Order: sequence, then structure tokens, then C-alpha cells
Amino acid sequence: MAETGNPQFLRPVTAADADVGQAMSFGLDRPLALDCGKFLAPLTVAYMTYGRLNATHTNTVLICHALTLDQFVASANPITGKPGWWDMMVGPGKPIDTERFFVVCANVVGGCMGTTGPAETCPATGKPYGLDFPLVTIRDMVRAQAMLLDALGIEKVLCVIGGSMGGMQVLQWAADYPDRVVSAVPIACAARHSAQNIAFHEVGRQAIMADPDWKGGTYQLHGTQPAKGLAVARMAAHITYLSETALQRKFGRNLQNRDQISFGFGPDFQIESYLHHQGMTFVDRFDANSYLYITRAMDYFDLAAEHDGKLAQAFSGSKTRFCIISFTSDWLFPTVENKRIAHALNASAATVSFVEIQTDRGHDAFLLDEPEMFATVRGFLNAVAAKVGV
Amino acid sequence: MSAALRPDLAAIAEMIPYGSRVLDVGCGDGALLEHLAASKNVDGRGLELSQQNVNACVARGLAVVQGDADTDLGEYPTAAFDVAILSQTIQATFAPRDVLGHLLRIGRRTVISLPNFGHWRVRLALLVDGRMPRTPALGYTWYDTPNIHLCTIADFLGLASGMGATIERSLSLSENGRTQPMRAAAWGPNLFANGAIFLLKGSEQTKTTS
Repeated sequence: MAETGNPQFLRPVTAADADVGQAMSFGLDRPLALDCGKFLAPLTVAYMTYGRLNATHTNTVLICHALTLDQFVASANPITGKPGWWDMMVGPGKPIDTERFFVVCANVVGGCMGTTGPAETCPATGKPYGLDFPLVTIRDMVRAQAMLLDALGIEKVLCVIGGSMGGMQVLQWAADYPDRVVSAVPIACAARHSAQNIAFHEVGRQAIMADPDWKGGTYQLHGTQPAKGLAVARMAAHITYLSETALQRKFGRNLQNRDQISFGFGPDFQIESYLHHQGMTFVDRFDANSYLYITRAMDYFDLAAEHDGKLAQAFSGSKTRFCIISFTSDWLFPTVENKRIAHALNASAATVSFVEIQTDRGHDAFLLDEPEMFATVRGFLNAVAAKVGV
Repeated sequence: MSAALRPDLAAIAEMIPYGSRVLDVGCGDGALLEHLAASKNVDGRGLELSQQNVNACVARGLAVVQGDADTDLGEYPTAAFDVAILSQTIQATFAPRDVLGHLLRIGRRTVISLPNFGHWRVRLALLVDGRMPRTPALGYTWYDTPNIHLCTIADFLGLASGMGATIERSLSLSENGRTQPMRAAAWGPNLFANGAIFLLKGSEQTKTTS
């Protein structure tokens, strides 16, 4: 069914026997038309599937991943060796039950886990794209996924689901391909990136570009990596994924491996040490230029702007069933932003449910063990599947 | 499908036209919406405060938004629904007049059910004991009750008429949930009915303002 190949991962596979997934290649005859006006060809889309496509091709659940995640939803990440990032949500008997549903997740265009991105070789120059890679948008990511589904022979998806940037893609899918999306579950996201969120992204990008090893984006040619800049970017971003309550509960003012403060600038506090660890492990699995491109794609996201400033128009006449989920302590994509989507859908007479989950774990809650979220997704998917007869 | 719908909900369901678009504000676990979808082919939406209830609705395949009647009704477009329902909830809202205004605006028709604080037991309890009444229908103590805006049938009629709404049907609710048609403006129901169900229509003005 699918064309199989080995995606070009940035780094050697460290986990033995890891399933590195599949890759679909689109040649020069199948360029991806981008929002910026340019074309991307050739294009490789690296993806993972779980479960089996049924005979009528009606049981596909498409998962869209967040900024720094990848296609390894429910199986070990071949670079880190860690379990799939949503393995509590996806698997046999899980809310997204792979015994019933055919799960597809593709690495986004501009990413660094096998799908064409700035670290890949530009066919015209024979060198890594670097900053010659065209700017991509959330809509471009969705277009690439649509090309993949076309190639896999999947016309309609039972559900498109994802959190954070994944939720943005879910909304874009529902707006651009209403006839292909039976149901949509955007989690902890927004229909536009806020000023505060753009601000945090800009801090991250400036940290990367201020690193002398970034070398104008050509670090691959120099055998360097802007590790310090990328680590700082990750540290700043990571704070936005948590909540003040959770940080206080987890770390408080606890000292790291010492009884008293050092009167120096070493990592006195546990929270500092934790952030350093987050930054250091991130640079081993993520490409700095990819980080620039994907954060920019999120900044540019404003679904209403594509529809005369009226979000409701993005979904007018939609037959898709929506279930929106937010978290009380998420200040990156707060409930009010998620509710805006629900109100817009209501205004366009779409079928929408909205659930706000009580938690103090902040934005990252969508990746964690949140039984109420699992119950919501399970109940919603079961109801949709029953309606469609899957 | 629910086997036995609560009698007051069954009486409300009876007022809903086949195939209509319905918004149930304070829809609870979705029993009424599910019944309406199954028996009357209703295209229903719900608004509900409790997350557990919303999850129960979602699992039933219903479209329900977690939210608050006091703050969220303003987001719904005018005349978006054939019927807007508010069942046993108006007395627990912060601003009943605003909530009623929104319902009359959002729905071409509005169905409201409410407990009657003019019932003789309530009147007697206050007269005899000199304390805030607690009845089988309204069992809370004054300091922990969610019912912050209780009214009598006569009070509600006054509000509705002041807002230019027309009452098209009135049912009285007995203690065991039985319903029967009533002459709402008469003194009898206000003294003997445990509660009431009204079918209202907003004026042209309520459709354009608020």
C-alpha cells in the first residue's frame, strides 16, 4: 500500500530495533505549493502508522504533532529511545484504539525527523537548505499531510486530532478540507497565535541566531551546531509549557545537590538544573533551523485572517463534528482562546463540544496522564465511530 | 436511549417541534437532548457547567459546550435556534433577566421551567417558623443554596411581560412531577403548583437588542 523507505534522520539511530517509520516521496512532478508563493520539490514526508486500514478506508485517525514532537506517537523514538509521546492516548484498548482505528502521524514539513526541512539537502545546490528553505505555514503542513493521505488512498479521515501546534493543524484541516474530515479534536490550541506567544518564540529564535555557531544558518557546512542558543530557546519555551503552581509544587525553592546557596551563578536551584537538562537533551534531537521555521509557522497562524477576519466563516457549512479541549492552568493557549473557537463554530451552526479539564499542569497537560481528557476523547471517538458505522 | 425521562423533561420534550434546532442551557447529562435527537430528530446543542456532565454528553454523541449561562450566552447568534430551553436553572443564575433576554433572542421560542417559591408550603414556613423555607422541592439551607434568585410564578410572569415576551403555553408541575395546563395569571397555580413550565416567544425587540 505505502511506499517504504528510510527517512533521512539527522542523527544515527541509537535505539536498536527501533521502527524508523515510512517515508513517502513526491518528485519534481508533484511539487508542494506553499503559501509564500514558492514550490517545494522534491518532497519527502516521513510518517508512522499504527493499526490497520479497514476495507472501506473509513477508520483513519490522523494525529498532528506539536512544535518539537514527531511521528513517533505510540512507539519508541529512534533517536532518544524514549516511548512514543502519546502512548497513553494511542494503542490497543487506549482512547485512540489501534485495534479499531488506523492511526497516521506524519512529521511536519520543515521538521527534522525525516520530512523535508531546512537540514535536508537542497537538490539545486547539493548543500543543506539552511535559510534557503522556503518559509512554511501551518496550512503548508496540512497540504503535505493531504498529499500523503492521497498517496495512501485515504479520502476521508474519521478524526483529525492534535494538541498545541497539532491543534492548529486540526483547525486548518477542518477549514480547508471540510468534506474529508468527519470529526476534529483540537486540544490546547488557538485559532491565532497571540502576541505573547509570538514574543516567546522571538526570544527563542534570537537566542539561536545570537549563537556564533549558528553561522547564519549554515552551521552544517561548518560542522558546528548552535547548541547553546537552541538550549536557551528550549529553556524559555519549556517554562511556558508548565504552570506556576506546578513549578512551585515540583521544585519550590529547593536547592540542587547543596545545603545552602553558593553566592555564585552555578545551578543553585533545582528548577535551574531541570531547565539546563531540558535544554541539553533537546539539542540532541532537534535541528536549530527547523526550530526557527516551525516557530515562525505558528506565529503566522491566524485562521480568521484567511476568512475576512471572521473565524466563523472558516467553518461555515461544515458537517464536521468538533470536540475542543482546554486545560484550566494552560496560559500558553488558555481556555479563553479555545473557547473562541467553540463560539465561532457555534456561530456557524457547526456541531461542537467543548471541555475544559481541571489541572494544574499547564499546557503540557495534553501529553500527560489526564484521565478526564482520555475519557473525553474515548467517548467522543466512540460516538463518532458509531455514527459512521466503524 | 434513556428509558424513563424525568416527567418535567418529558413535558418539555412534548413542546419541541419535530426536526427543530434546539439549545438546552444547563443540559445536565444530556438526557433531554438525547431523547429529543432520538424521538424527534432534533438537531440539539447543549451548554453545561459541570465537566463530568459534559463528558457524559460527549460520550452520548451530543454537542455540548462547557460553560456558564451567565457569561456565555452572549456569544450565540440571534435566532440561531428554533427553541432555547432553560430547565430548573434560572433561579441559580446571577442575572436572570439577562439570561432570559438572551434566551428570547437566541431562540425563536423559549421553554423555561422553574420552581415556584409562591407555593403555600413555602409561604407557610416563613410565616410560621420565621425562617427561610426548606421544602422537598427546595431543600437547601439559605447559606449554601445555589438558588440565589428564587421567584414565584407571578414574579416570573411579571418579568416576562415586562420584557415584552408572550406566554404561549403554561403547565403547572406537581410534587410528583405531573404536569397539567394552567391559567398562569390566576392565583391558584401560584399557591398550589410546585413549579411551572412556560413556552414563550420574544418580541421583535428582544430579537434585535441585548
